[in-house]
Amino acid sequence: MAERILMKGNEAIAEAAIRAGCRHYFGYPITPQTEIAAYMAKKMPKIGGVFLQAESEIASINMVYGAAAAGMRVMTSSSSPGISLKAEGLSYIAGSDVPALVVNVQRGGPGLGGIQPSQSDYFQATKGGGHGDYRMIVLAPASVQEMASLTIKGFDLADKYLMTSMILADGTIGQMMEPITFEDAEIKTYDKPWALTGTECKRPHNVVNSLYLKPDELEKKNFERYEKYEQIEKNEAMWEDYMMDDAEICVVAFGIASRVAKNAVMTARSEGIKVGLIRPITLWPFPKAAFEAVSDRVRAYVSVELNMGQMIEDVRLATKCSAPVTLCNRTGGMIPSPDEILDSIRNAQKGVL
Amino acid sequence: MAVVFEKPKSLTDAPFHYCPGCPHGIIHRLVAEVIDELGIEGKAIGVAPVGCAVMAYDYFTCDMIEAPHGRAPAVATGIKRCRPDNVVFTYQGDGDLASIGMAETVHSAARNENITVIFVNNAIYGMTGGQMAPTSLPGQVTQTSPYGRDVKHCGWPIRVSEMLATLEGPEYVARVAVNNVKNVKNAKKAIKRAFENQIEGKGFSLVEVVSACPTNWGMTPKAALEWVESDMLPYYPIGVYKDRSAGEGK
Repeated sequence: MAERILMKGNEAIAEAAIRAGCRHYFGYPITPQTEIAAYMAKKMPKIGGVFLQAESEIASINMVYGAAAAGMRVMTSSSSPGISLKAEGLSYIAGSDVPALVVNVQRGGPGLGGIQPSQSDYFQATKGGGHGDYRMIVLAPASVQEMASLTIKGFDLADKYLMTSMILADGTIGQMMEPITFEDAEIKTYDKPWALTGTECKRPHNVVNSLYLKPDELEKKNFERYEKYEQIEKNEAMWEDYMMDDAEICVVAFGIASRVAKNAVMTARSEGIKVGLIRPITLWPFPKAAFEAVSDRVRAYVSVELNMGQMIEDVRLATKCSAPVTLCNRTGGMIPSPDEILDSIRNAQKGVL
Repeated sequence: MAVVFEKPKSLTDAPFHYCPGCPHGIIHRLVAEVIDELGIEGKAIGVAPVGCAVMAYDYFTCDMIEAPHGRAPAVATGIKRCRPDNVVFTYQGDGDLASIGMAETVHSAARNENITVIFVNNAIYGMTGGQMAPTSLPGQVTQTSPYGRDVKHCGWPIRVSEMLATLEGPEYVARVAVNNVKNVKNAKKAIKRAFENQIEGKGFSLVEVVSACPTNWGMTPKAALEWVESDMLPYYPIGVYKDRSAGEGK
């Protein structure tokens, strides 16, 4: 059996990336994710990999763009203000259809905000961030174990669909330590005939590009990309159902908020409230099927978020407003207590009695 | 019949989109001739900028990527660090390299990143229709300096080669021009040197090519080349500003 070790969330991401075959990391320091860069700086030179501290977030995402175009498994990591700076590069990576893994260990915003945990980049991650029609696969770990497993999954999905996978974590999971196990997962590799390798004068040149000056060509490219996105929506949505078998009240929460929410759900159950939790693991694609499966039974939803209410819009869309959706939130780096969530569950129960 | 002149192998058959009299055609050709002469067509990976040369990816036969505005040296860094055996070059204009991309330029030079940078300085933003560039001369009339560049209002043009030569990092920094036959010949020598340096693992080599933009300068091609000589070169003198291997630096 694989060894069980105690690890920080951020370090689990770095170790998992290396195990997934990533040998190229480009980053820039920002709290609360810097352990990822520190881990890479230590390990990469010892295993024939590349760690490079860039002069800015903008440069680091463009180094990722270059390395991805050269056919490598490559990643960068940052936290909220840094991800804003990377947005230009994320758009180019999407428009050029190259694979990359980007980690956002979120902190409070807007602006310089704070350095405490937050989920206020939900919109930025799932609705765009950069310009143009594009999507990223957004994975939301709720434990140190998932920081590792979703990193490995993220690289695979990025290569499979030729796009960015984003790990949308938060300062709590990034900083906290939990025991984890690295199973010897089989790492799939993908042929990359489009990559910049040099032609060796044996094939026509490869061009990695997002410029299409003819509008009909750009439209065609965007339509094609959205066909790919449709496949992803169909095949890759992930979520966890917790006590949902007979639930009439449904709490929706991801990441660290879901950990607190689980406590509240357990307590509410002991009070006889038929409540459960849907925990989206992929934020894009949003797990609509999870809501379709319970829409006949659930009479109220409570969206628990560390922001001013961002995922709640997707909950309303996924439930087609079949039942009321209320918000239980803290923001700016604050985390709700189980009691605060419990109150919201009780209120939701009262509202539907 | 004997062939006395032909297109370099490293250029595709795509017709250039450049304006009549634009020296980009000459500079593309010089780069392609150097790639041919060094036999690196199969190993070269080019990074196109945002600006007039954005579609350089259609013109060179080697693998190409189109970078965000100003980010070509960062993109080139990503490629070169992954594929050190390939020959990686960027081709950038003055807005791209000396304005929005100055941080990427300075830091790739400071790291002595083993890449080749071709920097075309024509003192104006061409693609967007002739706005003031970081290299527009004092008094130069452009769309966004309609009364002439007022240095009290918007500062002085930047001499990129001189500035980069103050850094410990870069291997080779030279300024050339393409306004007459002699200068074109010397420009090619400098470009060749910049590629050879990379092949020999020596590091960051930048060639600033003082160029012209007849269309946006509002001049005939001939008058534009004369303006290069009379106005550009006095502010941007030709020369080798850093050459570590030769122990040179101004």
